[in-house]
Amino acid sequence: MAKTTANSSATAPDPAPASDPGGEDLIQLRSLQLAHQAESRYQASDEELRHFYEQMVLIRRFEEKAGQLYGLGLIGGFCHLYIGQEAVAVGLQSALDPKLDSVITGYRDHGHMLAYGIDPKLIMAELTGRAAGISRGKGGSMHMFSVEHHFYGGHGIVGAQVSLGTGLAFGHKYREDGGVCLAYFGDGASNQGQVYESFNMASLWKLPIVYVIENNGYAMGTAVKRGSAETHFYRRGTAFRIPGLPVNGMDVLEVRQAANIAIDYVRAGNGPVLLELNTYRYRGHSMSDPAKYRTREEVQEMKDKHDPIDHAKAELLLRGVSEDEIKAIDKRLRGIVTEAADFADSSPEPDLAELSTDVLVENY
Amino acid sequence: MAVELKMPALSPTMEEGKLAKWLVKEGDVVKSGDILAEIETDKATMEFEAVDEGTIGKLVVAEGTEGVKVGTVIALIDGEEDEKPSTSSAPAPEAKPSEAAKEEAKAAAPAAPVEKPAAPAKAPEAAARNVATVTLREALRDAMAEEMRRDDRVFVIGEEVAEYQGAYKVTQGLLEEFGPKRVIDTPITEYGFAGIGTGAAMGGLRPIVEFMTFNFAMQAIDHIINSAAKTNYMSGGQMRCPIVFRGPNGAASRVGAQHSQNYGPWFAAVPGLIVIAPYDAADAKGLLKAAIRSEDPVVFLENELIYGRSFELAEDDDHIIPIGKARVVREGTDVTIVAYSITVGMALEAAELLAADGIEAEVIDLRTLRPLDRGAVLASLAKTNRLIVAEEGWPTCSIASEIVAICMEDGFDHLDAPVLRVCNEDVPMPYAANLEKAALINSARILAAARKVCNR
Repeated sequence: MAKTTANSSATAPDPAPASDPGGEDLIQLRSLQLAHQAESRYQASDEELRHFYEQMVLIRRFEEKAGQLYGLGLIGGFCHLYIGQEAVAVGLQSALDPKLDSVITGYRDHGHMLAYGIDPKLIMAELTGRAAGISRGKGGSMHMFSVEHHFYGGHGIVGAQVSLGTGLAFGHKYREDGGVCLAYFGDGASNQGQVYESFNMASLWKLPIVYVIENNGYAMGTAVKRGSAETHFYRRGTAFRIPGLPVNGMDVLEVRQAANIAIDYVRAGNGPVLLELNTYRYRGHSMSDPAKYRTREEVQEMKDKHDPIDHAKAELLLRGVSEDEIKAIDKRLRGIVTEAADFADSSPEPDLAELSTDVLVENY
Repeated sequence: MAVELKMPALSPTMEEGKLAKWLVKEGDVVKSGDILAEIETDKATMEFEAVDEGTIGKLVVAEGTEGVKVGTVIALIDGEEDEKPSTSSAPAPEAKPSEAAKEEAKAAAPAAPVEKPAAPAKAPEAAARNVATVTLREALRDAMAEEMRRDDRVFVIGEEVAEYQGAYKVTQGLLEEFGPKRVIDTPITEYGFAGIGTGAAMGGLRPIVEFMTFNFAMQAIDHIINSAAKTNYMSGGQMRCPIVFRGPNGAASRVGAQHSQNYGPWFAAVPGLIVIAPYDAADAKGLLKAAIRSEDPVVFLENELIYGRSFELAEDDDHIIPIGKARVVREGTDVTIVAYSITVGMALEAAELLAADGIEAEVIDLRTLRPLDRGAVLASLAKTNRLIVAEEGWPTCSIASEIVAICMEDGFDHLDAPVLRVCNEDVPMPYAANLEKAALINSARILAAARKVCNR
C-alpha cells in the first residue's frame, strides 16, 4: 500500500476517546440552562421595558400594514410576516452591541430589521419595490440588507444563512474585533445538512456565533413533530459540543435574559451557543398560505394567552404606566407605520437603467 | 527468476517521478509490505512497498534520479527458488489503479495530454526580462502568496490546503509562511465551508475557497450561485462578496464520470459571477491575482492535467492580467480556433499541423468565460471568416454553443463557413481507456474540423 510520508505532524487519533456520559461534558453543555434557570428573566428598567414594548408594537403594526398592502396588490411575490414572534427579535437584538456585532436571517426578515432600528420607510419601500427601498427595489421582502447596521440579510434559501452567518463569525474572529454574529433560522431550516456542517466547524474553531432557532411550530405547513426526529431543537448542537438553551420566545424579558447569557458565553471565546426560541406565528407561512394545517382554536389560544405584546403591556401597567401613556405610544407608532406605507406607495419605481446596474461591482 | 520492479504510477496523472530514496540495498531480503523506496510524484512523496518476497538483486535506478518514467525498471528482485515466479511485473501498491494507469500511460492517449508544453506561448510581458520556467501549480501558489503578503484580509480555506500542502500541491508552503490562521484546513464539508467563505466575504474578508476538484463544488453550488453571485444585485449594490472559488475542473485521467466534468458553462451562465479558465502559467498567475483583487465573486477553473506543465514566466513577475480579455495566442489568417484552458495547447498543436498544410490558423485563448470577450472573437472572425471552437466539455449548452450564437448574431456577414463545435462526446465520462480516449477532444479532432471549414 502506498501512502504519503510527507504528512501532518498532528497527533495520532486516540483509539479510545474518553467517554464522559455524565461528567464535565454534560455540565458544560447544560451550563447555560443552569444559568438561565437560576435567573430566567431580565431585570429591565421601566425605560427598557417601555422601549421593548414600543419595538414589538412597531413590528406588529408594520406587519399588519404589510399584509394590508399585499392585499391591495402593492406588495408582490412572497411576503412572510413576523406577527406573534416579535419578542424574539426584540429581546435578542437589544442585547447586541450594534457597533461590533452582526445579524443574519432568512426570508422572514422585516421584524429583525425593525428591531435593529432600520428606518421603516426604507423597508416598506423595498416591499413595494420602489427605488427608495433599502435594496433600491431590487431585493424585495426576502432580500434586504444594511451593511451600515451590520445586518447581512435577508436570504431566501432555507438554511443558507446558517453557513453564511458562520462565515461572518469567522470574520469576527479573524479580525479579532470582539464581535459576535447572531444567526436566525427556523425549525424547518434546522433539518438542512449545511446547518450541521456549520455547527461542526463553528465548534471546532470556537467561532463567536449565537445560533437562534425560531421554533414557531411549523415548517411552512409541516408541524415540528411531523418533520423532526428531535423536536427539542436546543439539543441539536449536542453532537458538536454546542451548549443549548430552550427559551420561552413569547416573553421578551426571558428572551433578553437568554441573550445575555448566550452572548456573554460566546464573547468570552467559548465558541458557539444554540438557542431555541419557542414562539408562534399568528399568520400563515406566507401571504398565500391558507393555514389549514392547524386549528383556529390553536391560534386563538396563543393570541389570548401568550401574546408577547399583551404580556409586556400588562407588565408596564403593573409598573404604574398609565393606559393613556400606552395609548399615546400606540398612536405614535401607528403614525410611523402609516407614514412608511404612504412613502412606500407614493415613491417612484426604480429607473429602468437600474435593471443592469449592480450585477458586478467592477467594469471588465 | 528475477522479478522486475517498475516505476509505479502513484496518481491518476503521474507520468514520471523522482526516485527520492532507496530504503533497501542490494542483497537485502524483503518480504511483502516492506518499504523499498520513497518516490516523489507531482503531488507528494510516497512510500513504495514490496508485494513479492525475495532478495534485492540489483538497484537499476540510482536514488536521486529525477524524471523516471512510469514503467521503467528500477530494481530486480530474485525470487525464492521454490516459488512460482510472479507474473506481476511490479510490486505496485494496491496494484490495480496504478497498473491501469501504467497501461494508459503506455497507450498514446491524447486523453492524457503529454506533460510538456505543446508550443509554449511566451507571455508577452516576459519578453524583455529574465525568464524562468515554472509549473502551472507554482504560478498559482505564487499568485496566492503574493496577494496574501499584500492584503491581510486574504486567506485560503479548503480541504487539505494546509498541513497536507494541498491535495494537488497547489497550496504548498502557504501554511509555513502564513500560519494556520490564514491557511485553513476544513472537514469534508463543501456546502458548509463554501457558505462560511461567502459569509466571510460579505463581512469584509477576501477568501480563497479551494475545492479539491470542482466536481465536489456541486455540493456547494447553492452558495456560489444563490449567495455569492446575487448579493450585490439583491442589495442594490450595498453588500459585496469578493471571493474566489478555485480548484481543478474538467476531465483528469481515468477517474470516471463523477470526477471528470467541465463546469465552465454552468457557472458562465450566471450573471453576477466572474468565470476564469486560464491555460498557461503567466495567465494563471496574472488572472488569479486579478481575481483575488476583484470586488466580485470569481469562479477560477484550473486543470489538473496542466498543473505539472512548465511554462516560461518573467522572473519576479507580479503582473495583473485584466479579467474579461481574450488573447491571440497565435496569429493566423485562414481560420480561427477559439479555445480555453487545456484545449489551447491542443489548438496550438493543431495549428502547427495546419501550417504544414499551408493553412494559417489563429488561436484565441478566451481566458475569461464570463464576461466573454465577444470583441476578440468577432475581430478574429472578421479577419479569417472561418471559426471553430475547441472545448474540453460537453457540446450541449456549452461555451462553444455561446460562441456560435455570438458569431450568428453579430458576425454573420463575415462567415464563409458554418461555425463548428469541437467538444467531448455528449456522454458521461467512461472509465475504460479506449472509451475515455474516444470521449475526449484532442488535437486531431480540432485539426479535422479546421480543415473542414477551410474545405481542405
